[in-house]
Formats: sequence, structure tokens, C-alpha cells
Amino acid sequence: MKKALRRLLGTLASLRLTVVCLSTALVLVLAGTLAQVNLNPVEVQRLYFQSWLIWWSEPSGSFSLPVFPGGHLIGAALLLNLFAAHISRFVWRWSKAGIQLTHLGLIIILAGGLATDLFSVTSHMYLRQGETKNYSDDDERSELAVTELTPGETNPVIAIPSEVLAACGSTSHQTLPFKVVVKGFYPNADLQMLGQEKGPTVAAASNGAGAQVGLKPLQPFADMNRRNKTSAVVEIIPNKDGKSLGTWLVSVAMDQAQNFEVDGRHWSLELRLARYYKDYSLSLVSFTHEIYPGTEIPKNFSSKVILTDPKNHETRQVQIYMNHPLRYLGDTYYQSGFQSDDSGTILQVVRNPSAQAPYISCIIVALGLLMQFTYHLVAFARRTRKATAP
Amino acid sequence: MNRSFPYLILLVAVIWLGSLWIPQKTKVDDFDVSAFRCLPVLTGGRIKPLDTVARNSLLIMGRKQTLRLASGESMSASRWLAEVWFNPQVADTYPTFYVANQEVLGLFGWPQADKRYCAFTEFVPNLQKIDEEGRAAADINAKERSPFQVAIYDLRNSLVLYQRLKSTIHAEGTAHFGKEIDIYASTLAAAATQIKQSQTPPTQDQTAILRSLVTRYEQQASATDILAVSPPAGGKAGDWRATGTTLLHLDLSKEIPPSLAAFADLSDAFRARDFATFAQVAKEYSGWFSIAHPEWAGRTHFEQIFNQVEPFYQGMVLYVGAFLLACGSWLVCPRSLRKSAMLLLVLAFAIHSFGMLSRMYLQGRPPVTNLYSSAIVVGWGATIIAMVLESLFRYGIGTACACVVGFVTLLIAHNLGANGDTLEMQQAVLDSNLWLATHVVVITLGYSAMFLAGVLAVAYVLLGLFTTKLTRELAQVLTSMVYGVVCFATLFSFVGTVLGGIWADQSWGRFWGWDPKENGALLIVLWCALTLHARWGGMIRQRGLMAMTICGNAITAFSWFGVNMLGIGLHSYGFMSKAFPWLIGFITLQATLVLLTRLPASKWASFRHAERRVLTAAGFGPRA
Repeated sequence: MKKALRRLLGTLASLRLTVVCLSTALVLVLAGTLAQVNLNPVEVQRLYFQSWLIWWSEPSGSFSLPVFPGGHLIGAALLLNLFAAHISRFVWRWSKAGIQLTHLGLIIILAGGLATDLFSVTSHMYLRQGETKNYSDDDERSELAVTELTPGETNPVIAIPSEVLAACGSTSHQTLPFKVVVKGFYPNADLQMLGQEKGPTVAAASNGAGAQVGLKPLQPFADMNRRNKTSAVVEIIPNKDGKSLGTWLVSVAMDQAQNFEVDGRHWSLELRLARYYKDYSLSLVSFTHEIYPGTEIPKNFSSKVILTDPKNHETRQVQIYMNHPLRYLGDTYYQSGFQSDDSGTILQVVRNPSAQAPYISCIIVALGLLMQFTYHLVAFARRTRKATAP
Repeated sequence: MNRSFPYLILLVAVIWLGSLWIPQKTKVDDFDVSAFRCLPVLTGGRIKPLDTVARNSLLIMGRKQTLRLASGESMSASRWLAEVWFNPQVADTYPTFYVANQEVLGLFGWPQADKRYCAFTEFVPNLQKIDEEGRAAADINAKERSPFQVAIYDLRNSLVLYQRLKSTIHAEGTAHFGKEIDIYASTLAAAATQIKQSQTPPTQDQTAILRSLVTRYEQQASATDILAVSPPAGGKAGDWRATGTTLLHLDLSKEIPPSLAAFADLSDAFRARDFATFAQVAKEYSGWFSIAHPEWAGRTHFEQIFNQVEPFYQGMVLYVGAFLLACGSWLVCPRSLRKSAMLLLVLAFAIHSFGMLSRMYLQGRPPVTNLYSSAIVVGWGATIIAMVLESLFRYGIGTACACVVGFVTLLIAHNLGANGDTLEMQQAVLDSNLWLATHVVVITLGYSAMFLAGVLAVAYVLLGLFTTKLTRELAQVLTSMVYGVVCFATLFSFVGTVLGGIWADQSWGRFWGWDPKENGALLIVLWCALTLHARWGGMIRQRGLMAMTICGNAITAFSWFGVNMLGIGLHSYGFMSKAFPWLIGFITLQATLVLLTRLPASKWASFRHAERRVLTAAGFGPRA
């Protein structure tokens, strides 16, 4: 038993396994690069790099076979190999210190990469001049916001995530005097007014704006530059009598919420991008878009914003521009784009708990490699000198 | 051979280089453009001397920086530009445009002879046809254009560029620009006074003159993207204007801007063939500019010298010289020729460095800002490493390999530079000298090390297979060199890649996005790690190491150029269809070399030779 364990450890710690892992990683990276010619990068990442196995599907889709290890599997094998090598071969010697450091740095970078894959969240904050927001939008996900319209300053909101909507069931909430029944959910759709030539003829819903609009389901777009028009058709059924009020079409493509009334209370319905709320707010003072004189080449994009954090008693002006993000309470705001008429800015908001890992690992690995190679070079030069000495 | 021979060679090379700094004399019966070519304009976001504008335009239209006239005489780019600006009727007859595609020539019904250079006048009857075909080609994806479509598209662009160039200073067909400005200014002043004093509208004549001139100036301003009118002392780069714009907003209370007055006088003097006035006006304006804007003037003058010296071209010549000397050292006079080769390499490196530093000064940026400059730095870095190797092991092999990398990368740069200005402005996200100086430079030095190691490995294979020069000792030395350089490449590629990730984290909010260029860099790191681990594990030996290092050449080339050709991702700088066959050819060549390393030892001339020597020494020699 002990012998078998030792043998297993030996295999796990072997250079042969390292070579196999590195070779498969090479093939994977090459394949994942070439695959981007036909697939969008997010899809390639999911299929090749953020997967355990790469599957080949038979054209009709009836069965699929794993054909190659995916990024997570290779990464995990490399991590295991590194750990095993350290356990079985670790000896403290100056001649090996560089290698040990290098590998420690690699462990940090691999683990950090995995943590980023699992825990980082990316969203966007769209701000027009003068606008203030305390939330950012998730472009990948949407939510159905049901808001009670009360005279007060704040209105209570129930947000139903798109995952729940996609299940097409009925949702109720203790504070809502009605049920929301999802009649249809469309990750992407084409919405057109009724009565146009060659246009749709059937209304998507019985109430609200949807009564004049037809809906055609579409495949989600493959390229990153087009936004999906996620849409849903929902029915409202009051709890009291169980008699339907009719159906509403909601879509992220619609600018305005739609109102309805149950038991004398007023409500609004809106499908919007999922929101991440913050304890502070940003308001856009101005956005500038500089170009080089006599050309159309952009020189810089920059947003002047005011950060207001009542909790920490902080109010200050911040300039966010290319290569100079704002970091605040675990969120990082990057200048990502601008609205078509230069009237507003788009900030990318990233929350990544392992953002520091690459910085630390880069220093450690560089130091390790430098130590190792210098050690070898000095030893080599000494040997050559000895050999050539008279 | 004499001990002073290497220094003699060096002296000859230095004298030859020095001679290039002396400006060429102009002919007595022609314009002296030595001051004219240093005059500044703002175009492409940068202040440049006219010499640069002229050379780049000619390069795009005719693939050369000088013009060869039908008479066989050659004309400098600046002299040609003066003709295009001030006397376009004559310039139209110069064979300026390069048309290599036979189908394009056939389109015009011309005999498909070996005519390659055409004049604008020859295209005049076919302009509409070229425009239509060119537009049709423009609608097709760059990757899918046929050779004919590429050629007609390029020709249309060249003709558009030429037409725009003709209206840089004034509309085509202007007979006396100076007089025209005077009439415009005086009519404007008279009309203004009339309105102010008697409140009567301008006369019919005044209106007619002003209307026609204003239209002219509006057209000129919209036709050109070269801003020739410099601001007064203390002005900013954003204050440069086209001549038309300046005239449309003429401030009658002030004098006409010196640059506008100078160009008007130059234009009139040129058409009058008044050589003396032309040279004098150019000199005076240049003098005014040096006083008003000393910093800009310093740069434009320096850029003109940089253009004239062509340091990268001279570097290429010296690299070839040093390579030949190094190869010669393996046949005769090893010591003296090896030293000569080394000295010439140092000189080549010096001129290469001068070129690189000049670009940095002109652009105010770290050395690598685009693909063109990366080629220059790849060769430069490889030369440094090779010089270190050569000082450690004096075999001449480091010198020879440095020359190969230096020459080939400069040749690549030369071809990449054929698209116009290589000192272009940086897109917003790249506008960060800190990251350009660290990530980009370190990655590029990683490429240098990869290619140098690759060339050393190729030298091992070629010497071993086809000559008897690869002794056991030399094989060992080459292995040490390759191993050392691969270690160096690992360090630089890894640090460069991670620095790139950190930059991406700073500007896009993610460390790693599996973007093609990032993956390319990762491929190099993985390949280096694989090579080193296989070596440490004893899975590869000498020839295996060489095979893997040669493969590294192909991977580096893919990472450097190949991923840009995929036309996707955040780092794609435009599809380079012309370079694609070269890349495929290069990769095929590396594959062939790798296969050669797999040949059994009995097929290697050097190994056979060594074996025979061992046998002879042991008494098993061929019978007498």
C-alpha cells in the first residue's frame, strides 16, 4: 500500500507529467486561439478554457464525446504536479531556491486565475451628463422589476432574476397581492410595431405597449458588439379573485416601465439589466473625448465624476481615464466607452477578489527565474574560466 | 593576415557611413530644396518635415523614396513634392505610380509589357473606371480580395492621395497665389469698410471675386489633411490650420501668417523658375520657424537628417558585411576575419541603435509603438545578446547569427514601412509610456531571444549536416548558448506576458481575456517551459533541444505576426494579406529543419567525420 502510494506520488511529481501538461496546454491555447476566428471570445473561453473537458458533438447533436482536456483540467493537473513535486522533492538549497520561488509564483497565478474565473463579477455603469447612479448593470443578465408606486421618496422593488423567468413558471411574493406568471421568455427577440408592411400581425401581449408590438424570437447574437433584446411576456393574476388582468410584454429594449393597478395600489413592471447596488453613488460631471490635431485618432477618453459615500462621509471629484481606473471599496471603475453623441460615459465595473494575485506572482516568478539563471550563469562562467585557465 | 586589417575594415565602413551625412549638392539649373524639405507641416497628428511627407507619399504611390524620371535621372522626393504642389501640370507627367498587376494594365487596354511606372496623365481617360472598380474592391472584405482587386484598390487610394496632395497649398490651376491672396485681402477689406462706413452692400464685382475665392478656399481646406499654416510663437499643436481655413478666417487687422506668405512666395517663385528666390524664401521661413518654435524646429530638422541617413538601410548593409566576414573566418584567417566581423557588427549595432533612439526622440515614446518598430527592436535585442555570447565564446558563430537576425528583422521592418508613416500616433488605450516602456519592450526582447536561439539551432543543424565544422566541442558550446538564450527568453517572455496582463487589468479591467495576442505570448512561455522541463527530465538531448528551439522560431513568428493575421481580438493591427505567404513559408522552413534534426547520426557530415577521426586515431584508418 505504502509502495503504491509512493509510486502515485512519484508519478504526480514527475517531470514527465509536467511535460505532458505543458504540451496539452500548448495545443489547447493554439486551438482556442484559432477557434476565435469563427466563435465569439466569450464562447471560446467557456468551451476551451473554463471547462474540464472539450466535447465533440455529433452534427445532429444526438451524442457528444470528450476529445481533449479543457483549461480547468490542465490547470488543476499542473497545480497538482507542482504541489506533489514540492512535497516529494523539496530540499532547501541555494541552487534550487530560484526554482522553488518560480513555482511558488506559478501556484499563486494559477490559483488566482481559478479564483477570478469563479468569483469575479463584471458590470457596467452607464452615466449621462448630470446623472447620478448607485448601481451598475450586468450586460449578461436581466431581471424583472416589480415596483410599487408610493407617494414616498423610495419605492419598494421586487426583482425577479432572468433565471427564474426562463423557467417560465409562476412567481409570488409575500408582499405582492398578485402572482406573476411567465408566459414566454426570449433571451433575444426582434420587436416591431404592428401594421407595418411585411411586419408582424399578432400582438405580443394584451395590455400596455405590447398590444401594439409583435415579437419574433431570435438566437442570441454571437458577436459582442450587438446587444441582445431580452424580452418576456408575463401575466398578472391578483391573489384575491384569481382573475387574470391580462398579459404584458416586457423587454430590455423598452425605455419605460408599464403601470397597472391591483386592489387600488399602483405598480409598475420593467425588464431591465440586473443591477448591483452600491453603498455610494457616482455622478457624471463631464465626459471628454480628445483627438490628435488634424486627425480622427482618439487621444484620450476621460470622465469627471463625483463620488458620494454618505456612510464613510466622503465626497470627492475623481477623474477616470484610459489606464487610470478608480478603485473604491473593492470595485474598480474603468473608462470603457462612451454614448454615441459624446453625452455620456460607459464605465466598466469589476469586482475581483483575486486581482492582486498576478502582481504578487509576477514579482515572485521574475525573482525566481532571475536567481536561477544568474546562479547557472555564474557557475558556468566559473567553469569556463577554470577550463581556459593555463 | 595583418593585425591591423580589422581596423582598416572598420575605418572604411566608418568613412562610408560618414559620407551619408553630407547633403547632396543640387544641380546648378534646378531648385535647391535643402531648406524647403525641412519646412514643417502638421499631418497625421504630428509635425513633420516636408521631406517625410514627400518620401511617405512616394513610397505609397511608387514603392520608392525617390522618383526615377523617364530620362533615367532620379529626382529627390522633396523636389518632386514641390512640383506636385506648385506646378502640377508638369508633375502629372512624371512616372509616379507603380502598377505591377497585369490585369490592371489590361483594364486600360494597355499592352501588357513590362511597364511598371505610370504617370497621372496616362490614367486621366480611365479615372472613372478606376474609381468604380476601386470602390467595388473596397466593399469586399480585405481577406477575400483577389490580386486584381488589391491592386486596383491600392491604385485608387494612390490616385486619391495624389489628388489631395495637389491641393495642399492652393487649388490646382492657381496661377499666382501671392497675387490672389492680395486681391482677396484687399477686396475683403474694401467690402468691410464699405459696409461699416456707408452701410451699403459690396459691389457686384467684389461679391463675385469673394464668392469664387471663398469656394476655392473651402474646397482646398476640405480636400487636404495636411495643415501647412503654423501658429504664431507660443501656439499649440491644435492651432495648425490648412491654408484655405486660414484664408477663410483671415484677420485683416493682422499681417498674413509668415507660413502662408512663405508658401505663396514659394509657389510663385517655383512657377517662375526663380531658383534664387525659392531657396531664399524657404530659408527665411525656416529661420522664422526656428525662432518661433525652437522645439518643433529641432525635431523636424533632425527628422530630415534621419531620413537622409537611412540608418536601418545602412545597418542592413553592415550586417551583410559582418556576416560574410564571420563566414570567411571559418575558412581562412580565423582570428583577423573574426575580429573584423565583430567590429563591423558593433558598428552595425551602433547605427541600428542610432536609428532606434532617433525614432524615440522624434516620437517622444519608448522604442516599440507598432509592428514596424517591434521588428527593429527584435533585431536590436538579438544583436546585444549575440555580442555577449561572442565575447564569452569566440567562435564567430554569435556574430554570424546576430547578423542574420539583425538583417532579416530590418528587412521585415523595411517591408512593413511601405504603408506610409511609421511614426504614427497611438490610439488612446496605447497612450501610456509606462506600459509601452515595460510590457511591450520586455515582450519584444523575449522575441529577440527566441529568434536568436532559433538561428543558433539552425546553425547547429546546417553546420552538422552539411559541413565537418561541428566538432564535439563546438556542438557543446552551441548547446550551452542555445540553452542560455532559451532561459533568457523564458524570463523575458514570462515577465512580459504578466506585465501585459497587469496593463490589461489597469485599462480593461481584466488580467487575462484569452485574446489572440495574449495567447500568442502564452504560447511562447509554454514552449520555453516545455523545452526546459524536457531538457531537465532528460527527455531531450542536444539534437532534441535544437529541434525544439527551431520549433520556437515558428511559434514566435505566429505569436508576433500570425495572430494579427487572424484579424480578430483587441491587438489586431489590420490584416496583412501580403505577409501571409511569407509566414507560411517561414513555418514550413522551420518544420523542414526540425525534420532534418531527426536524420540518423550517420547522415550528419560532422558526426561521420568525427567518427572517422576516432577510428583513424585508434588504428582503424583506411588502408594505404
